[in-house]
Amino acid sequence: MSDNIIHIPTMAELAAKGEKPDILFWVGCAGSFDDRYKKVTKAFVKILNKVGIKFAVLGEEETCTGDPARRAGNEFLFQMQAMSNIQVLNGYEITKIVTACPHCFNTLKNEYPALGGKYEVMHHSAILQQLIDEGKVKAEGGAFKGKKITFHDSCYLGRANNVYEAPRKVLEALDAELVEMKRCKTKGLCCGAGGAQMFKEPEQGNKDINIERTEEALDTGAKIIASGCPFCMTMMSDGVKNKEKEGEVEVRDLAELIAEAEDIL
Amino acid sequence: MTLISQLVFLAVLAVSGYFIGRRILQIRKNILLGKEEDRTDQPMERLKTMLLVAFGQKKMFKRPIPAFLHLLIYVGFLLINLEVLEIVLDGILGTHRLFAPVLGSFYPVLINFFEFLAIGVIFSCVVFFIRRHVLKLSRFTKIEMKGWPTLDATLILVIETVLMFAILAMNGADQVLQSRGVAHYPLTGEFFFSGFFVPLFSGLSDNTLIIIERASWWGHIVGILAFAFYITYSKHLHIFLAFPNTYFSNLKPKGEIKNMDNVTNEVKSMLGMPADPPPAEIPRFGAKDINDLSWKNLMDAYACTECGRCTDNCPANMTGKALSPRAIMMKTRDRAEEVGMSISKGGKGLEDGKSLYGDYINKEELLACTTCNACVEACPITIDPLSIILEMRRYMAMEESSTPQSWNAMFQNVETSFAPWKFPPTDRFSWANDLKTEAENK
Repeated sequence: MSDNIIHIPTMAELAAKGEKPDILFWVGCAGSFDDRYKKVTKAFVKILNKVGIKFAVLGEEETCTGDPARRAGNEFLFQMQAMSNIQVLNGYEITKIVTACPHCFNTLKNEYPALGGKYEVMHHSAILQQLIDEGKVKAEGGAFKGKKITFHDSCYLGRANNVYEAPRKVLEALDAELVEMKRCKTKGLCCGAGGAQMFKEPEQGNKDINIERTEEALDTGAKIIASGCPFCMTMMSDGVKNKEKEGEVEVRDLAELIAEAEDIL
Repeated sequence: MTLISQLVFLAVLAVSGYFIGRRILQIRKNILLGKEEDRTDQPMERLKTMLLVAFGQKKMFKRPIPAFLHLLIYVGFLLINLEVLEIVLDGILGTHRLFAPVLGSFYPVLINFFEFLAIGVIFSCVVFFIRRHVLKLSRFTKIEMKGWPTLDATLILVIETVLMFAILAMNGADQVLQSRGVAHYPLTGEFFFSGFFVPLFSGLSDNTLIIIERASWWGHIVGILAFAFYITYSKHLHIFLAFPNTYFSNLKPKGEIKNMDNVTNEVKSMLGMPADPPPAEIPRFGAKDINDLSWKNLMDAYACTECGRCTDNCPANMTGKALSPRAIMMKTRDRAEEVGMSISKGGKGLEDGKSLYGDYINKEELLACTTCNACVEACPITIDPLSIILEMRRYMAMEESSTPQSWNAMFQNVETSFAPWKFPPTDRFSWANDLKTEAENK
């Protein structure tokens, strides 16, 4: 059916046609390779298709921003990655980027300018909020009406960049009952994966950070833990499994919730 | 008699001024052992930050109870200085309550206000003492607080309490002397809070009272000067350094890690891009010792008052890991102090065979950090423990190559597969085909 055709243009394709997108969707490594987060990528692309935003992706030309390398101390590798990405981005004359990964968001927005990559960068929660504000996304399917949802602030969105409101505005649009954890917003507790912890075992301690955070999320009685970050998604999902609550409590990304409420998931 | 006391007073001022001044210069030198970093841009924004955060205590009010108690001491500290000004002028000029005739009936109002503040300071010190030693709040009893840090904190509370009692005793004795019409104690009007001392003093002779009044007067001013000197060795230095420290805050988004320009230059030449010629002496990558950190990192360390809000909010610390952001600051200060003092004495300084990384801060602490910025957010005076941690990770990764195996594997994946996981780069875009197929089959 022609209705169901999803367009995912790459920059190379558009450039060949002499066209330019309004915005580049930076998918990120987790969004490209991680089975769970690929679902988020797909949900977001469906939303972009539905509302008719003229976007494009880099496809195989995209590579790691270098965020985990820089945070693990390997500045050389970070800068190698950053410079080659900047060459590609500037080559396509990109001016505006959206990403569903707060780590990519932070790096592209704050760290690429020093190396010659200056773009307007948005987290996907900001675009979703914008679409809701403009009435392009109504999300009034009622799938989440009255459901208890808690939002887990990603450190790289929250404290790192002061984005606290956009994700909450998105959740409010779902007509759900937003319940906050004891530690939220500026005081939000890390999931345990930032600073390249995602790629190593935790140091010796008496508890895993994601368990501490999951317990706090479960204490709210929410049936959905909403997040806007691939690493938080992994850590919180593992936490929920560890607590054997995966039958009752879901960890979902903001884009997935909106796509489901729009009945396009 | 007055002349002798004036001379003694001037001598006390000069000696304490000398010692305090010498210490200030030493601390300045120690801070400047750090690398250069420009924090002079956006002066208006910086001024605003300082006024809000240091002067206005904005970040303290995230926790209202300690914020209120702290405010009492802070306001007391700021305003009682006006009374200290009178004491200093009296001391130099050989007068007694110099401001009383000038201010007339407003004088007792002012003194009553100061006494009220003094009571506030005493009240807060007592509650703080209870929080620390009776309730034993967890952030005050962490491992890095054992020994000197706890003694230091306790001494501060006791000294401040004693100083405030000295004011009250001085004013109380003065009032009794005034009411008896003793020479040199002209009537000034009644003081409310020190009035509670009056019944205690009323049975004493004029001479004893004069001794009490003078002893309290001298005790208060000498106590303040001695305390000021003590502070330069204490965590309490925050009362001064909070101001420059917030002025020179990091105004950039907290998520941004400082770019290493010397690396940029090397990467550029590796990629065949125009680059500056390499410097004659390649500086160390990252931080091994205090001189590899920036001066602002070291000022942070001297400004830290060890309140432990950072550590209290640290996800690594609360799950039992070795990392405590407060301990990072304390160790940085200890090392800066050690190196600075050694250099001043003509010792080995940085070449003493020790270093901040390894001898003070170990790898396990550094590896436990999630870079979540909770410590930075929590600090009431915008100290940034994270930037010290990251600089040391850079040393580990680029000078020592001592990062954990799993990180090395991640580095290799990024280099060869362009993702931190080992997936074939050609699979990066396969989600798009999957999605198109899924959509068509719907």
